[in-house]
Parts: sequence; C-alpha cells; structure tokens
Amino acid sequence: MKAEDTELLKEFTKEQVAKLNSIIEKFKSKPGGLIPVLEEAQVALEYIPISVQKRIATGLNLPLSRVYGVVTFYSFFTMTPRGKHTVRVCLGTACYVRGGKALTDTLEKQFGIKQGETTPDRMFTLESVRCLGACGLGPVIVVDEDVHGRIKPGKVKEVLSQYN
Amino acid sequence: MSTVKLTIDNRQVEAPIGATILEAARGVGIKIPTLCAWTEINHTPGACRVCMTEVEGQRGLIAACVFPVNEGMIVHTNTEKVRQARKMVVELLLANHPQECNYCVRNGSCELQKVAEFVGLKEVRFDYTQFSRNELIDNSSPSIVRDSRKCIECHRCVSVCEQIQTVSVLTPAHRGSKVKVVPAFDLPLIESNCITCGQCILVCPVGALYEKDDVDLVWKALNDPTKHVIVQEAPAIRAALGEEFGMPPGSLVTGKMITALRRLGFDKVFDTNFTADLTIIEEGNELLKRVKEGGTLPMITSCSPGWIKFCEHFYPDLLDHLSTCKSPQQMFGALAKTYYAELSGIDPKDIVSVSIMPCTAKKFEAQRPEMNSSGFRDVDYVLTTRELGRMIKEGGVDFVNLPDEDYDAPMGEYTGAGTIFGATGGVMEAALRTVYAVVTGKDLPSLDVTPVRGLEGVKEATVKVGALGDVKIAVAHGLGNARKIMDKIREGKADYAFIEIMCCPGGCISGGGEPIPTNNEIRVLRSAALYRDDGNVQKKRQSHENESVKKLYDKFLKEPLGHKSHKLLHTKYVKRGTELPHRNDG
Repeated sequence: MKAEDTELLKEFTKEQVAKLNSIIEKFKSKPGGLIPVLEEAQVALEYIPISVQKRIATGLNLPLSRVYGVVTFYSFFTMTPRGKHTVRVCLGTACYVRGGKALTDTLEKQFGIKQGETTPDRMFTLESVRCLGACGLGPVIVVDEDVHGRIKPGKVKEVLSQYN
Repeated sequence: MSTVKLTIDNRQVEAPIGATILEAARGVGIKIPTLCAWTEINHTPGACRVCMTEVEGQRGLIAACVFPVNEGMIVHTNTEKVRQARKMVVELLLANHPQECNYCVRNGSCELQKVAEFVGLKEVRFDYTQFSRNELIDNSSPSIVRDSRKCIECHRCVSVCEQIQTVSVLTPAHRGSKVKVVPAFDLPLIESNCITCGQCILVCPVGALYEKDDVDLVWKALNDPTKHVIVQEAPAIRAALGEEFGMPPGSLVTGKMITALRRLGFDKVFDTNFTADLTIIEEGNELLKRVKEGGTLPMITSCSPGWIKFCEHFYPDLLDHLSTCKSPQQMFGALAKTYYAELSGIDPKDIVSVSIMPCTAKKFEAQRPEMNSSGFRDVDYVLTTRELGRMIKEGGVDFVNLPDEDYDAPMGEYTGAGTIFGATGGVMEAALRTVYAVVTGKDLPSLDVTPVRGLEGVKEATVKVGALGDVKIAVAHGLGNARKIMDKIREGKADYAFIEIMCCPGGCISGGGEPIPTNNEIRVLRSAALYRDDGNVQKKRQSHENESVKKLYDKFLKEPLGHKSHKLLHTKYVKRGTELPHRNDG
C-alpha cells in the first residue's frame, strides 16, 4: 500500500480503502459529486472521519472546509463510528412524562456512554428523538426499525438481548 | 442593456434586468439596510434577513438582496410592517450577540451598531447572557483573532476566502442553531491553511474577526527608558491612516503620520519605502542574473507575505520561481539591528524595531523563525493601520490638525518608486524603471508604466529593455488571480520573465490591516494617493537614485547580491503543502 494510505489504514481495512478510492474515482469528473461520494462512503465505511474527508477532498479537488461543512450539515453523515444497531429513546412530551428520561438514564448507564455516542464494541449507538407519533405506547424506544412500547427500565436488557 | 420599469416607494424606477431590489433601490438613493450582502464579491446569501421589503402581490416580506426586479413590480421599503419586521430581525440578532460594544474593537465601525440605529431599535428584550454561544475566542494565529460569539453568520468571510482568495479556510459547519463559521474540523486557525491575509476582517460586519492587537506591547517598549524604539511604515499607511480620523479616503498624510509617531514617543521615524527602494536594487539585479545565467524564470515578487504563504501551501513545487529577496519590512528589520546599530552606536539588543503595516500577514512574517538574520528578532512588533489609529487616539494626538514633519536619516529617504509598492503593479513599475536604467544606461522613455496600473485582475505587458529585447511581464492581485498565473506556469505555458503578485485585491492599500470600510471605490482613491506621491510629491522617482541606499551599499553592503546581502536581505521558503495536521482528539 502507498504511504499516503497509512493514516486510513489505521482505521480501515485494505479492502475498505480500495472501495473508498473506487467511489471517489466514480464521481471524480462529475460536478456535484461530493454528496453522492459521502453517501457511499458512509455506507461502505460506516463513518467519515478526518482521514476519509481528506482523501475525498484531495480526490475531488475540493477544499477540506467544504467537505467538512457538508459532513456536519447532514445528520446522515457521522464522523465517529456508528453501532451495528441504533437505539432511539423518545423524549417527546408524552414519553417524557411516562418515564422516557429514566429509560435514557438506564441505557446510558448500561452502555456506559452518553446520548449520541456509540458503545466501544460498536454494537449500539444511543440517540434520542422528540416524538415518534406513538404517544399511546409511551414510553417508546426504537431499535433500528422496531418500535418497542411501554418499556420500563427493568425491561431494557431483555429488549436489547434480541439484538446482537 | 435592457431594463425593466418598476415602482419603489411611489417612485418610478428603471433597473437592469436581473438586478435585485436592493441594487435598484440603491441606484436611486433609497437605503435598505443589510448585514450580509456584499455585492462587490457577488455575495448575497439572503442570510441576515434585515433587508425586508414589501412587494405587492407577494405573500409575506421579501429579502431585497436576493429578489430580482421585474416589469411593473411595486415595492415598498418604508411601511409599518417593514419597519417592525426589520426591528424584530435586528433585535433577534442581538439576542445572542455579546453586548460588549464599549470595548469591542469594532466600536464605531460596526455595521450591526449602524443597522440597529438605522431601524430605530430602542430595546432588546432578550438577555444575551442567557443565549450567547459558549464559544472560545481563537487567538492561535499571530495575525487574526476569531471571536465566534460575535459572529452573525453573514458568511462574507467565507465568500471572500473562497471566491476571491481561493484559500477556502472558512466554512459554515453544523446545522440549525449550532451553525458556526469555522476552519475544517473546527481546527484553530493556526493549524489551517489560513494565509493570514485578513481580507475576512475587512468584510466582517461585526467584531467576530479582527487583527491580533499588539498595541500594548508597543506602549510597553515606548515606556521602557532602556529601549531605543524605531519605527517603519509601509507606503499604504500614508494613503489610508487619515480615514481613521474621519479624513476623506485618498488623503495623503505622510507628514502628519511622522509627527504623530514622534509624539507617541518613537525615537526614530524611518520608512519602509527606504527598503522598498533597496528591494528594487536587489530584486532587479536578481532578475538580470537569472536572465543572464539561465536561472528559474519567470521570477515572481516576494514582498507580500500572504502571497508567500499561499505559494508555500498551494504551489510548493514552484517555490524556485519566487525571488529570494525578503520583503521590504524584513530587509528593514535586518538592517535596523546591524547597519543602523553600527551607525548610531546603539547595542542592537536595546533596539526595538516596530513596523506599521496595512497587513495582518506581516505579523506572521515577522514571527517566521528564519527572520532573525541580524542575530535578533529582525522586526519585534507589527501594528496594522487600524492599531496605529487606535494608538494615536489613545495618545491624545489631534491627528487632523498636526503639522507635517520629515523622516529621520539614514533610513527615511525614499523615491516615488518605493512609494508605489503599496498598489498593485507598483513593484513591477518600480522594478522596470531601475532594470531599464541598469541595462540601457538611460531612463525609461516614460516613467509612468500605465499598463500595470489599475484594478484589472491580471495585467500583462511587454516592455522593450535595450539589449534584453522584449520583456514580457504580468501583474496579478488577489490570490484567485494569482492562481490563474500559477496554473499557467505549472502547465509550462507562461512565457513571462517577471511577475508581480500581491495577495490582496488592489495591493497593500487594501490589505487586511487597512481602515474599515475598504471597498473598490476606496481602493481607487488610496492608489491614486500613492501615484500622487510618486508623480507630484517625490522629486526622485527611481530607486537607484536614492542617495541613502547608495550610501548603504558604499559603507555596508558593498554590492547587490553580495555576501552581506545574502545574509541579511535574502531568504528561503518552506514547502507547506495543503494537508492539515491530523489531530486525534476524538
């Protein structure tokens, strides 16, 4: 591998780096290629840290600042790794008064992380949402695409055990 | 040009197709406040929402800076609804803007202050301390301070950095209420590719971007009886300093500036123009040497430290094209603590060398590690025009009514060639005058080399120089224009012998340290003042006629490009590249 890949190889496999290069190559000569490149890179690499942004900026001949501006604007792009599963706790009014906050506390404690962070084993990313329109089921947590209603802090472990 | 007819505030108005309401209104003297539009650089993001107007048939209020005029349109800029809306917008802008106006660097020149007055704001019902952004002030750069707390997200700095200078350090990042203007990865400015030109400061409407203030350090030196404090001023200062005291742009205030500096307590008042003349001798001879000995051509001027840093970042492969001459500021610094120390019998360790520059990049340049060839820091402190203005005010000097005084010897004499260094094309013109005389033994048929003057982005000319034949030259100002020439060199398509590049649009007269406002109209007036100094005020107009420079060679340097010159007046450059250092801070 080339010397310029050293930084990338600290975080990604050779195959991932090759994939990133091929994504850049595909959009290199097309105007407006930045967002499609970032989208595919996010999917292929699961996150877009500084080293990847640098490679994309160089590859597309764009200022680093532009790449960074776009990455931080869209919530789809993340600069830190996401977990295999995303756990969203609803903190809308109904869920909140029915114990949503306690659920967040339990999850933070269990995972040892804060909202917006990912567990060290990269299994779970914890997030909060403001209302899922499932107020009748509150408090609600959503794991990936599955909605789990009327969850008590004691039941959290059981729910999560379905995901591995 | 085809036009449309419309009505603004019951007046019939004609405006070009494609013009915005703001432009049409301005054209007929109707004022619409704005904090983001800067039409000179095509920056109209419609971001600040202050320019609210009513357009009949349109729902809601319209942002005048982005809405194009069309035939028969009826616009109202002064209705109750408009006035209330503007007031509300400004009030909301102030809701999280630190109310530190009394001690803000932009007190008096702040556009937000002026707009608040314009819209007749009488109160702000929000306590800014409740909402203010929890941001740290970034003073990592030796040149530019960023105070994001005060930023109103107009994004002018982003445009000027990206469109005009093509450096693209700053970007809006994040989203919603968390949006802020930052370098990539929220890095401190010093770790970015910032070339420290300070053009962002000139367009900032508020105090979110400003020069690193070194005034107190200079006061301290002046107050120290053991120190001998000398000062040099760049040519662009004399063409702009008056504006800090309400004088009209284009006032040439050389004499008053000298008097003011003496009254502030400087022991000797010298002139950067002296070393500008010296630069021409060294650089002119370097050019001739490269032509004769087959050195790297085209040779490019190296007086502008923002341009140098730009070249080091973005064209590290072309550094050999740069003249090895230090800038006049640094030549002065190196001579101050050697030649002047020797002549005056003052120990160089007791000399404090201060320079007054139109430039924030000069602060960076003075701190470059290699700028110590005198054995000391060659230039100790650099103040911008604005900082000197503040110092003069603080010192209680009535600038406008000062008598004119003259420079001290031996580093105060200058010619017209030295003074036009401050405007785009000036270094080229000064060099041509001397190179022509050296080669042919005669003066240029006309000392006014007009093709290199003016605000056109890239200027080209061919000058017949005796035995050298036709010499093709180019001049660029603003780094976007510099890029055009540099790309040509990279492609091997540049057949010039000599190129002048100045970092800032218009040259030093609109450097990042010059008075605010600076715009194209003011650029023209300040340049005109320098050409007046050259054409009407100075008796000598060619650098090689400077008697003090001749004496410097006789007594000290011996010859251009000689041993001493190489040690004191020439320098090397650093390949920086464009990659940011990778910081693993999680």
